[in-house]
Amino acid sequence: MTSSGKALSEKLPEFSGGINWFKYASPQTFYPLAGRLIPLFGWPALVLTVVGLYISFFVAPTDATQGESYRIIFIHVPAAWMSMVIYLAMAFWCAVGLIFNTRLSFMMSQALAPTGAIWTFVALWTGALWGKPTWGAWWVWDARLTSELILLFLYLGYMALVAAIDDPRRADRAGAVVALVGAINVPIIYFSVTWWNTLHQGASVSVTSAPKMASIMLTGMLIMALAAWAYSVSVVLVRVRAIMLERERNSDWVADRVAQLVESHR
Amino acid sequence: MLKILIAVVRRDLLLAWRRRADVFTTLAFFIIVASLFPLGVGPEPNLLRTMAPGVLWVSALLATLLSVTRLFAADYADGTLEQMLLSTEPLTLIVLGKVTAYWLVTGLPLVLLAPLLGVQFDLPQGAIGVLSLSLALGTPALSLLGGIGAALTLGLRGGGVLLALLILPLYVPILIFGAGAVGADAAGLGAGAHLLLLAACFLSALAVSPWATAAALRISME
Amino acid sequence: MNWASVGDFWAMGGKGLYVWGSYAVTLICVFAEIALVRGRFGGVLKRLGRMKHATDRGVIDET
Repeated sequence: MTSSGKALSEKLPEFSGGINWFKYASPQTFYPLAGRLIPLFGWPALVLTVVGLYISFFVAPTDATQGESYRIIFIHVPAAWMSMVIYLAMAFWCAVGLIFNTRLSFMMSQALAPTGAIWTFVALWTGALWGKPTWGAWWVWDARLTSELILLFLYLGYMALVAAIDDPRRADRAGAVVALVGAINVPIIYFSVTWWNTLHQGASVSVTSAPKMASIMLTGMLIMALAAWAYSVSVVLVRVRAIMLERERNSDWVADRVAQLVESHR
Repeated sequence: MLKILIAVVRRDLLLAWRRRADVFTTLAFFIIVASLFPLGVGPEPNLLRTMAPGVLWVSALLATLLSVTRLFAADYADGTLEQMLLSTEPLTLIVLGKVTAYWLVTGLPLVLLAPLLGVQFDLPQGAIGVLSLSLALGTPALSLLGGIGAALTLGLRGGGVLLALLILPLYVPILIFGAGAVGADAAGLGAGAHLLLLAACFLSALAVSPWATAAALRISME
Repeated sequence: MNWASVGDFWAMGGKGLYVWGSYAVTLICVFAEIALVRGRFGGVLKRLGRMKHATDRGVIDET
């Protein structure tokens, strides 16, 4: 499988219409590109956060049924979205890595995992703080909350496995198998928990039947979501740069980089 | 093809027979965990009856988790696994054979023993039948998914805890449908839908996990 | 403008604990992540620079 993947990755550039997408598949060329992209995502993230927070607190009106506590959704919903999107991105990079045998893809997924786990935690935490005044309970065994909790376990399992294996090649691939099996499982888990929940009638409130949102609230939420997305991209790029340097510390390009830096500090 | 499968199953069964004590450890663990629950929550029969499906299923799940680390460990230690990877026979088939033998040794006894524990929890007769049926459908899926985790954590320090973190989330649907089947039957809703979903879980695990386990073994042994 | 006074703003209609609890923990998470990631990146660079310094002076072999 590995050899055929390699052969494919060597052949593919011929078919990609002149642009060599695999050019950026090597850490050597991706490292400077990532460095240039970080501020391009970081600054918009900051601006969008400020604008989003302003709309969330000063423009969006008080909700008629929930009062002020609904303002938590401006971070809760983006966090929940990011937790799922990042898991999908992680699984995507793992699949790319296994198929094309590119080590950068595995580094990407390893850089994504901690950020995804943090967003999952934030989604759970804010969900609890929103649930208490709204439903009167910190935690209900609702399908979404339960799936989110299991998503956190999937992130932790992936990170623990990658951390436990010393050989980076084995860590990459073993982690990829876990991430992909998890990705297949996420929809099944969500469906099973929904099914379980409807039978048991545990949660008397349904999270799905959200009242129609005023458009300014929706705008605020979307801006916050964009901010969270831009923030995640920039922080993941910084992390992937660190991982690249750690993993490739014996290669020539890292030596060149370090030499340049040392030179500039003199 | 079938010949290899049978050969692998026979070999593993023979090995398991020579190490009978291991099988009994798993069974004893299952019984002890299930018996601890009434001591923890009190002897109230109605409460126990409603808890029984969940308790027995979680116990079965933990028993599987405890024993599945041994699925490849012995073959890994004595180098047989390397031979298997080098053999011309498809690794997926060998994996399937090993998981089958493993289920016959640890899963099947759990299925057979469950009615006895069901009586301990005062489950009605019909519910006991459903419990056995759900375990008979669910434990093979547990074994199959456990195989992926066992292959991935092969030879790692702290492998046992890691294995739990990796595969317990994957066990969630099986636990829900399995325990739900018994609960639905006890509630008079009929367990058919749950059992069908459980069978679907088993079949998809059968389709995906021998393949994933073989890939994981190749990665771990590289 | 939604708020009559600063105190009103902090009180959040009596739900201040929940709202500010959520935002505070999110901010802590984000700032902690930024600090950790930057620390990691800087740490790697520093270590590599020190390694280079050592190899240049012949303290350790280049491997």
